[in-house]
Amino acid sequence: MPGQAVVFQTRGLTKVYEQGEVQVHALRGIDLDLYAGELVVMLGASGSGKSTLLNILGGLDVATAGKVCYRDMELSSAGDRELTRYRRHHVGFVFQFYNLIPSLTARENVAAVTEIAEAPMAPEEALDLVGLGNRMDHFPAQLSGGEQQRVAIARAIAKCPEVLLCDEPTGALDSATGVLVLAALDKANRETGTTTVIITHNASIAAMADRVITLSDGMISGERRNAERQDPRTLSW
Amino acid sequence: MIGFRASALHTKLRREIWQMRGQVLAIALVIGGGVAVCLMSLVNYSSLQATRAQYYQDHQFADGFVSLKRAPRHVLQRVAQIPGVTRHSGRVEGTAKLEVAGFTDPVSARLVSLPDAGQPEVNRLFLRQGRLPDPARSDEIVVIGSFAEAHGLMPGDGLVAIINGRRQPLRIVGIAESPEFVYVIPPGGMLPDYQRYGVLWLAQEALAAAMDMRGAFNSLVLRVDPAFAVAGVVDALDRELDRYGGTGAFGREDQFSHRFLNDELNQLKTMATVFPLIFMSVAMFLLNVVISRLISTQRDIIAVLKAFGYSNRQIGWHYSQLVMLIALIGLLIGVASGIWLGNGLGELYMEYYRFPALLFRVNVWWVAVLALITFAVALLAGWRAIRQAAMLPPAEAMQPEGPARFRISRIERLLSGVRLSQPSRMIVRQLSRRPGRTLMSVLGIAMATAIVLVGNFQFDSVSLMVHTQFARIQQQDLAVTLTDPASDAVLFGLVRQPGIRYGEGRRTVAVRLVNGHRQWRTALTGIPLDARLQHVVDADLNNVSLPPDGVLLTDFLARELAITTGDLLRVDVLEGDRRTLVIPVAGITSEYLGVGAYMTRQALNRVLGEGPVINQALLNVDAAQAGTIYRELRETPGVMAINIRQAMLDSFYETLARTFLTFTFFNSLLGGIIAFGVIYNTVRISLAEKGRELASLRVLGYSHPEVAHILLGELAILLLLGIPAGWAIGNGLALLIVTAMQTELYRVPLTITAQTLAFSATVVFVSALASGAIAWWRLRGLDLVAVLKTRE
Repeated sequence: MPGQAVVFQTRGLTKVYEQGEVQVHALRGIDLDLYAGELVVMLGASGSGKSTLLNILGGLDVATAGKVCYRDMELSSAGDRELTRYRRHHVGFVFQFYNLIPSLTARENVAAVTEIAEAPMAPEEALDLVGLGNRMDHFPAQLSGGEQQRVAIARAIAKCPEVLLCDEPTGALDSATGVLVLAALDKANRETGTTTVIITHNASIAAMADRVITLSDGMISGERRNAERQDPRTLSW
Repeated sequence: MIGFRASALHTKLRREIWQMRGQVLAIALVIGGGVAVCLMSLVNYSSLQATRAQYYQDHQFADGFVSLKRAPRHVLQRVAQIPGVTRHSGRVEGTAKLEVAGFTDPVSARLVSLPDAGQPEVNRLFLRQGRLPDPARSDEIVVIGSFAEAHGLMPGDGLVAIINGRRQPLRIVGIAESPEFVYVIPPGGMLPDYQRYGVLWLAQEALAAAMDMRGAFNSLVLRVDPAFAVAGVVDALDRELDRYGGTGAFGREDQFSHRFLNDELNQLKTMATVFPLIFMSVAMFLLNVVISRLISTQRDIIAVLKAFGYSNRQIGWHYSQLVMLIALIGLLIGVASGIWLGNGLGELYMEYYRFPALLFRVNVWWVAVLALITFAVALLAGWRAIRQAAMLPPAEAMQPEGPARFRISRIERLLSGVRLSQPSRMIVRQLSRRPGRTLMSVLGIAMATAIVLVGNFQFDSVSLMVHTQFARIQQQDLAVTLTDPASDAVLFGLVRQPGIRYGEGRRTVAVRLVNGHRQWRTALTGIPLDARLQHVVDADLNNVSLPPDGVLLTDFLARELAITTGDLLRVDVLEGDRRTLVIPVAGITSEYLGVGAYMTRQALNRVLGEGPVINQALLNVDAAQAGTIYRELRETPGVMAINIRQAMLDSFYETLARTFLTFTFFNSLLGGIIAFGVIYNTVRISLAEKGRELASLRVLGYSHPEVAHILLGELAILLLLGIPAGWAIGNGLALLIVTAMQTELYRVPLTITAQTLAFSATVVFVSALASGAIAWWRLRGLDLVAVLKTRE
């Protein structure tokens, strides 16, 4: 979607982990632009660097070299306090293992985020959006894996973030349930216009994206644009 | 193969202990605290017991004592023939007023004669310095160590004594201790005062001459063959010595110094049981929580080990070893510090009691029994968790534990009117999900608070006790004890002296109070009807008016004699014509210090068949003229001793402050260790359980302080509940201790000041701050990336 505003821009992004005496090059000079409102799927095998890239975009990790900007904010030079503020106000996260707070109900899990956000939607609205309007007062232990992940999506979108970063959101789910979760993400992206990045090793998901970026060995090895986004409900794996 | 397995598990054990070293140390310290207090008290108790026994044996401490008016020395031959008497020593005793250079307060002393042979047969002296007096010289003396030390006296120094109204310069040739005078209290006083009261030993001939006792004795001490009952010998002595004005023979258990030492040693026994109990139960709870948590995080490891063929028993043994290793570390810390502290405290006691040498006693059996108890407690604590680990089927263990189940707690429904933030909700639900564990944490904190409180309340209580006795009950500046009872006209003579503003007399007489087979030697005090300086008070410190007839007893004494108001009490008078009286008990009073029986002076004079006679005068004086008054009184014939109230108080507070400071520090340390053990472990477990949640919240945009709030908020609630509970428990414990520590010498009243409450809370709070700081720092190090990729 060139022509739209650039939300993320990376240039020469490099990440090297020191693991004992071994150096692991997780990212080797990534140049990437992500645009407002688009849904991007990043594909890659494990070890391709996709999670590292997501973590750096989400302000959870810092690059070894290169530059990464969120709009006019340079994440590569931000400190812990600024990164916390960045995550709090601009980013929504969806994790592979949902990471809900077991002591809080679905509604309260969402409220945990809306309470600290600047202009959130109501927790109920967010849960309605992911189709869980009737499960709001259930604790995580009372919900299925798919339902838990949808609560996590509601939690991520409730603060109306500018970007939604999803790390293997269907990784722990079976295909039928995974589809429901992807549908929720698709709906959220369409209705809120949030820039959405989904990383996965599951190539079947790529069809629902505006753009598909493939990573291997810490580098971008391919990029394609889908002519049309496929309805996630038609996907299966 | 077996060998390899064992060593692999051992390596796992070693590394895990090292990884959990903070928690291991915190638990080990609590166990160590319990073991240390227990061992210290045992070591101390038995060392002091043995030291005293050895001292008594080596120095032939008497089994029987008699004071009499005057008996010719040949009576001693008849005494020697009483069956059971193995050694005896007839001696001359007296009192003197002393003049010590550079010290203006009145000083008095007890004088005891030494035989020509030097050391007496019974109650031999332990000579610290110098030598015994030369029998041929009348001016040579040996002084008791406590008095010499209080005045910095050395052999060669001189002092002046007024014996029987005659001034006599004396020269110190030796400094000694005696088993008879381990604890010395001046006549008319209630607390030791080493500056103003001492014991002097003189050659027999010298003292007899000064006291007009040539060829006679007025004090007899003797040893009894262990095969004979002391009571039988006492009866025989009474029969033999009655006619010489004997005031009644008594056994060692009634001897003042011995009785006081017994009280003190019994208090050590209380300490050896109560405190370790608290420590061990706290340690048990901590181990239980930590081991349960460890095992639940190691489910997959247990599954893998079982899949490889480790048996249930091997797994169980592996975790048992972990528990026992922690217990062992605690035991080692406890044994080492217990012995060290026991030794240190023993030295302190030895200095205080002036024993010749400390016999240090450590019984290997105690250590063995303590070790057994420690291991048993530890295994009991870990039992459930270890059993679960051993029984876990491998396939089930491979599965992660499901998400923790929570529900909306009852407390929260009660709080429904309050709008809780989500983090606060997390705190409330976390605490109410495991009410048992929460309760134990609260109890642990409470126990820590209670221990510190118990260590400090005694200071408040003893202060109140002394204040009540010396400011509320006794209001005289000076108490003057007369050598012999005299007409109350003496009082008018005293009051006419310049500087003395007011005076009143009283009559005290040595008695044996008897009710059935129970008896008690004490003094019966006659107080003037209109007394202003001396009061008898009840439990609420209100003045009790003296009954026209009948006797008032302190509650402690009434209990000991099993007697109550309205009963008839037999009173054997131990002076004068030694008459036996039967007097009704008119009431029971309450007093913190001493044991008393009171009548009006008029009634006492009447039942003793004497005129208006007193033997003590209580005086209010003009402080500006104190020096002159003391000098005058010293020169006044018939005045045996003078007690200054303020001096008594000062010396008491000085001793108290010194002793209690050590004690307070020690208790605060123990309380702090427990508090730290409980709080640190609570925080660490909480951090381990909630680390993932907290990291998730950090990823979602919560700041470090916001996340810390969830962890430390839980801690704050535990403290808020635990500290007041600790105050309540401490109050209960204090009451127990006060009751257990009631002795003849004093009954400590229960009083706890706001300052003590605040201090106990502060010690616990500081421990919490230390744990909180560690948690704060650990939260900073949370790995935000790892949490996204791991399933709990």
